[in-house]
Amino acid sequence: MGEFNIFDGLSWAFILAGSFFSLVGALGIVRLPDIFSRMHGAGMIDTMGCWLILIGLMFQTDEWIIIVKQGLIAVFIAFTSPTTTFALCRAAIHGGIKSGPKQPPKKAKSKTEELPSSNS
Amino acid sequence: MSMFAAAAVAVLVSMVLALVRAFIGPTVFDRILAVNATGTLTVVLISVYGFLDGRPEFLDIALLYALINFIGTVAVTKYVKFEALGFPMDGPDDGDL
Repeated sequence: MGEFNIFDGLSWAFILAGSFFSLVGALGIVRLPDIFSRMHGAGMIDTMGCWLILIGLMFQTDEWIIIVKQGLIAVFIAFTSPTTTFALCRAAIHGGIKSGPKQPPKKAKSKTEELPSSNS
Repeated sequence: MSMFAAAAVAVLVSMVLALVRAFIGPTVFDRILAVNATGTLTVVLISVYGFLDGRPEFLDIALLYALINFIGTVAVTKYVKFEALGFPMDGPDDGDL
């Protein structure tokens, strides 16, 4: 398919890396244990996956207006992705999601052990 | 040309994975997160498809989709957190957006 020029190679590399990172991020969203670690997966998709694929597309065109549009998309996603994840995190904490590893169920406190006056 | 197809397939697979989390997700926040990730992946899919078809005007659509996705996610998050988009009017203050 024609001689191998540098732009095709570069965009191949970037697009493959971007696809790899979006796949890893999506896998992270599915398999990570709780909501706060899943946000890392979503962050991976938003930043690495999106940026690398868009940069890979930048090599394919020579009109500068298209490169500016791709830069705009990438910068906009880079700004809004942390904002939405932060708002979602606060909403999750407000909604009562406990972060950290699953605590073992507290054994029933017998009456002799805990004086009602000392608040645990 | 075929690299765009590879990118589109990878984006579609990760979109399916994100939607799996949207279905399973025990809490509503997992669903919001998955829908947000699907929106970003749609942005990438639109721009990749634009290049696949040789029509780079699709980037405007992708930019618009990114804007709407952000607004939608923040609105749903606010709705879930405050159970209302605007503050109720009957309070002492007149309530703002």
